Amino acid sequence: MGRLRSRLIPGVDRQLLVKDAAKAMPDMARRRFIAGGASLGALTLLTGCDVSDSFSAEEMLKRVSKFNDAVQAAIFNPHALAPTFPESAITKPFPFNAYYDLDDAPEIDGKDWKFEVRGLVDNKKSWTLEELYKLPQEKQITRHICVEGWSAIGSWTGTPLRDFLKLIGADTSAKYCWFQCADKDGYNSPLDMETALHPQTQMTFKFADEMLPRAYGFPMKIRVPTKLGFKNPKYVVSMEVTNLYKGGYWEDQGYNSFSGS
Amino acid sequence: MSSLAMSDQNTGPASAKVIQPAWVRVVHWINAVAMILMIMSGWQIYNASPLFNFSFPGSITLGGWLGGALLWHFAAMWLLMVNGLVYLALGFASGRFARKLLPITPQGVLADTKAALTGKLSHDDLSKYNYVQKLLYAGIIVVGIVIVLSGLSIWKPVQLQYLTAFFGGYDVARYVHFICMSAIVAFLVVHVALAVLVPRSLRAMIIGR
Repeated sequence: MGRLRSRLIPGVDRQLLVKDAAKAMPDMARRRFIAGGASLGALTLLTGCDVSDSFSAEEMLKRVSKFNDAVQAAIFNPHALAPTFPESAITKPFPFNAYYDLDDAPEIDGKDWKFEVRGLVDNKKSWTLEELYKLPQEKQITRHICVEGWSAIGSWTGTPLRDFLKLIGADTSAKYCWFQCADKDGYNSPLDMETALHPQTQMTFKFADEMLPRAYGFPMKIRVPTKLGFKNPKYVVSMEVTNLYKGGYWEDQGYNSFSGS
Repeated sequence: MSSLAMSDQNTGPASAKVIQPAWVRVVHWINAVAMILMIMSGWQIYNASPLFNFSFPGSITLGGWLGGALLWHFAAMWLLMVNGLVYLALGFASGRFARKLLPITPQGVLADTKAALTGKLSHDDLSKYNYVQKLLYAGIIVVGIVIVLSGLSIWKPVQLQYLTAFFGGYDVARYVHFICMSAIVAFLVVHVALAVLVPRSLRAMIIGR
């Protein structure tokens, strides 16, 4: 984490900086400037410079990010639907994006694959792809927005996650659905329950009306149009309904955990 | 010191004339810090998916990588927004906006632009803005409001989808956000250059007089 921190703070000696700034001022101003030390201290807090050993920019940024999680959860409207688009608006080709090359994407045999269910659910049975395909499906054409800034419109078909949660008797008063995936280095991500129950949050089996290709997460991805792309897990292998915050691949590296759109 | 003595005559010798009241100075410098944090972290965020055929050099960006830059951007946004709201509220309530920024007439702007370009624009009374200043200061307030609103529409294109639609959709809002940033940076360059050319104005923004 020391490396991350050194990247967050520009290499400026703040004491020298303040001394130089004070020297450059006329006498009267210097006195006022120094007298205003309290507010200057507040400013250095805001700029993230260290003011004591127990405080760091990294720690402050983490706290603000947690505060932002709470703000986003508060403004999240469970009834607000992500805008939908006509077929003609679909982005072609839809980009492949991951922290690895397409060649390193998981290659999963649909016949061997099972979706495991754990945690606060009545029925913990594992589901084969064949069984999941039998559940009622819906189609959505929505905008995928990447944390990097780009966006692309895609067509996804699958079972609303809230229907599946109901089917397995999940405790929907729990805080998270925590997904684990087959990506290399073990991708995982927590999804807050309110978002998991959103009508457009989907267990996706098809892209553009065809079987979900390997590039987009075969055999199953979780499509969450109210979240940034990295909160849309691909190659999902299990889901745990839990009250514990178990972190996530990108969340642990500093991306905001709620990342709602 | 002669200029200070001169302005003293306006209000009597006991107290020097205050050009920038304390609240203006406080919100100005908080805004300066917030803007610089937002711009530098914003450049790093831009680099993750550039809109144009260039990237910002890493040495002038903040955050080190996309995740770090986003943490800075979404922390400094609170500073910018709360401080900006305080500024707008006090600016309207105190009558400062009406008194110092209005009226802005095309004739006045043209005349003062001409005077500025021919080096004849007077800076004797820093408490009064010329028409070019009025236009730029009022304009940058509008740009500040638009950059916050376009930023919100990029941040929350589902929850604030009507705002996003107002900007012409998510992708267009990104361009609006970028163009506002460019306007603010251009303003900043001129603003700092002029403050250096007229150091009394910088002093006024620090100690008030």
